[in-house]
Amino acid sequence: MRYLVTLRVVSQPGGPPPADLMEAIAKLGQEAAETGALLDQSGLAPSSEGARIEVSGGRLTVTDGPFAEAKEMISYALYEVRTKEEAVEWASRFLKLHRDLWPGWEGEAEVLRLFGPGDFAPPA
Amino acid sequence: MTVTDSHRVVEAVWRIESARIIAGLARMVHDIGLAEELAQDALLAALEEWPRKGVPDNPGAWLTLTAKHRAIDRLRRRDVYERKLQEVGREMELRQESAEAELDDALDDHVGDDLLRLIFTACHPALPPESRLALTLRLLGGLTTEEIARAFLLPEPTVGQRISRAKRTLADKKIPIELPPPADLPARLASVLEVVYLIFNEGYAATAGEDWIRPSLCEEAMRLGRVLAGLMPAEPEVHGLLALMELQASRIPARTAPDGTPILLLDQDRSRWDRLLVRRGLQALGRAEALGTLGPYGLQAAIAACHARAPRPQDTDWERMAALYRLLAHLTPSPVVELNRAVAVGMAYGPARGLEIADSLLEERALRGYAQLPAVRGDLLAKLGRLEEAAAEFGRAAALTRNERERRLFSDRAAALLRDLADRAGDWAIGH
Repeated sequence: MRYLVTLRVVSQPGGPPPADLMEAIAKLGQEAAETGALLDQSGLAPSSEGARIEVSGGRLTVTDGPFAEAKEMISYALYEVRTKEEAVEWASRFLKLHRDLWPGWEGEAEVLRLFGPGDFAPPA
Repeated sequence: MTVTDSHRVVEAVWRIESARIIAGLARMVHDIGLAEELAQDALLAALEEWPRKGVPDNPGAWLTLTAKHRAIDRLRRRDVYERKLQEVGREMELRQESAEAELDDALDDHVGDDLLRLIFTACHPALPPESRLALTLRLLGGLTTEEIARAFLLPEPTVGQRISRAKRTLADKKIPIELPPPADLPARLASVLEVVYLIFNEGYAATAGEDWIRPSLCEEAMRLGRVLAGLMPAEPEVHGLLALMELQASRIPARTAPDGTPILLLDQDRSRWDRLLVRRGLQALGRAEALGTLGPYGLQAAIAACHARAPRPQDTDWERMAALYRLLAHLTPSPVVELNRAVAVGMAYGPARGLEIADSLLEERALRGYAQLPAVRGDLLAKLGRLEEAAAEFGRAAALTRNERERRLFSDRAAALLRDLADRAGDWAIGH
């Protein structure tokens, strides 16, 4: 089963992320790849470089970033695991690194299952 | 958090960590069976303790540490201690503190090498193939005996016996838990890759609607393939096998109709192919190619890539595929490869050329009773307009296959050909 984990930052101290954190994140990513769980991942550039397309009241609008809301999405990861708990475990490890190595950082990860062939399988 | 919740967390952590924990312990106690037992002890302790005290902050480290303490406890016990003393001699004559330090090292460092040692030992040629599969899934995949039994449609005691017998064989034959010497590496690696691909194929052969655990063997095999690719990045066949599995698995969403009927590759809705697996598979193939000449897995991946790269069936590079099959037939001569080559040649250079190859296989003993031979011949004959012969071949294929859905596919094809034949006779009657 595949899970998409998105990471949003709620608030973070000024300045760049600590080098320790970056190193630990790289190590965790490597570990997740080596155990075969991590399929894909990437950090995301600030929404000031992105855009939003909306449909509302029959009108399509394209708005350049930055997006107004407080929680900026900063990365995503795609895992192939057997249970939701396994994806939650990887996401928790990721957040614990932030908690332990970047005091004051606050954020959240969402763990969402991707549909797979099994979701479209005929009843047994 | 309920007891069930924390049990599921324990299972998740176990699945992530167990191979590494067992590998580290095996290095220490020189016995895979004992290493697994110790790791299982730690798992039981977690199942007992986490629901009461909560899941520890670093559950992986907790399991590792607990397993390590169990190992020390065991080594302290006289009988085991003395047995190990004889076996490993001086190494275990260390005082307990240094034994503990050594255990720390064993569990913290050399993780990659430990895992490789474990994989090579689980896939050791001294073990019968079915035991290698079971042991690999158990030790490297973290699957329970019950899950393995369900996945292979076997009674649980059978799998349990295979695993315990395998462990005993490894102990009785005093097979060291080590990397193969360079001279043996190609053969030993082939055994490892074979085990992984057998696991994959078992899952790939499973049909939709079956117990989820059977198709999930594909994911399990791909995961092992990724682990191997990380551990042996310089081996082209490791990447070749991973590429082959990912490219084949990319078609899983498209290869059965909603009612479970198999859909032939060229009839599949390619928009349903898994793009991520296609991309990953092509990347892995690229790594294999960059490392030198392709081996059998790499070549099969390159063949699968001919399909994956074609946006529509008519875009397929059949000439390339026919050439790749020729190389594959050279490396691993087999009538099945030859039959596949007949299909590719038929597509690339016309049905007559393909039929020539397929006909040359009619006397092959190994293909006697193989439904695909008449099916391929039937298809080529139909393309040549020899409808009556084609219908007879599909009838033969339908009689030979043991797969009910495939049987229906072949009989439908035979019936359709006979209808075409009747229409043609009708046209003839009207026209003359």
